[in-house]
Amino acid sequence: MERIPILRMGKLLLVTIQVDMHDQLAMTLQDDLTERIVKEKATGVLIDISALDIVDSFIGRMISNTAAMAKILDAKTVVVGMQPAVAITLVELGLTLDGVITALNVERGISLLGHTL
Amino acid sequence: MVSEAGSRIVEVIKNNQKSLIDELLLNMKKKVIRLDKNAEIEIVQQAKQLLMFLEIAISRGPLLDLESSTWDDTRQLLNDFSQNRAKQGFSPIETATFIFSFKEPLYKFLRESLIDNPQFLSEEIATTSLLFDELGLLTIASYQKAREQVILRQQQELLELSTPVVQLWQNVLALPLIGTLDSARTQVVMESLLQKIVETGALIAIIDITGVPTVDTLVAQHLLKTIAAARLMGADCIISGIRPQIAQTIVHLGVNLEDVITKATLADAFLIALKKTGSSITNS
Repeated sequence: MERIPILRMGKLLLVTIQVDMHDQLAMTLQDDLTERIVKEKATGVLIDISALDIVDSFIGRMISNTAAMAKILDAKTVVVGMQPAVAITLVELGLTLDGVITALNVERGISLLGHTL
Repeated sequence: MVSEAGSRIVEVIKNNQKSLIDELLLNMKKKVIRLDKNAEIEIVQQAKQLLMFLEIAISRGPLLDLESSTWDDTRQLLNDFSQNRAKQGFSPIETATFIFSFKEPLYKFLRESLIDNPQFLSEEIATTSLLFDELGLLTIASYQKAREQVILRQQQELLELSTPVVQLWQNVLALPLIGTLDSARTQVVMESLLQKIVETGALIAIIDITGVPTVDTLVAQHLLKTIAAARLMGADCIISGIRPQIAQTIVHLGVNLEDVITKATLADAFLIALKKTGSSITNS
């Protein structure tokens, strides 16, 4: 079954989304991620969407939800690597991802979370 | 005698080309047109060509249907002619005069050749009049089109000119906005700002609205959109250059700028940006 890999970097988890998201994949990701946060005692989650050229309202909401779930488990989420076109689309859709921290790239995201590797 | 509509016009054009053009020039000079030697040569050439095309087109018919394929050459010629004129800065009157100046000499020659057939003469004159009116309208239309293209191009250039994004310091960008913010401009501003954020990896963008004459709800909404998009890319925005009146308007309109850092001057905003990025400037 198709799965999005979750990498552990110290106390952080890195999720790199590189394929088109659909319902099932998003559900699996949320399952996996929450489980891993608990298992690894992670304090931060980086969601890298630099490979996505298109983000629709579904993925936007999925990211928001995932961030909210991580927050409940006491892990901060940073969305990194958003393409300019994607940012414009999300704003036009009215999805400004309030409550989600954003950073330009993974490096910035890590320093935002206050960790050094 | 065959008195098919337009037949005599063709004949007149064929037989009197030289004198027609001479009279045309005389006519144009009498009116508004200023002609130097070069322009005169050009006009003569264009007139010759036009007469040639007209001769062919009228004899083939349909006479007054300028949309049909018989008139392709004529239309093309007039198109090029008016577009050139528009670019050279001639007025529409001067452009159309070229066509209308044909009328008088044509009437003259028609009168001479049909002096013994007044009925047909009046018909031919009516036809000529109609035909040249149509041609005149055509020139005006393409003149207008050419001018519109010029305006469109200038608009495009203005759009690109007026949205520079400059790097003030390491990790600090400035976006001095000048002129009114409409949706099209917001789009361009947003794109260039986000592109620059990617290129420079900036953390802070200062949007300076000193040059924005008025801020209404729409402009404010566009500003907030730009800020939201920059935030999604991991950059914070500071709005600077807010004039007292604009501050009042923003409050009166009930626009919510709570979540955005605002400063009165670009210098103040720059100081904040430096502090946030951990840089500082001191007098030596």
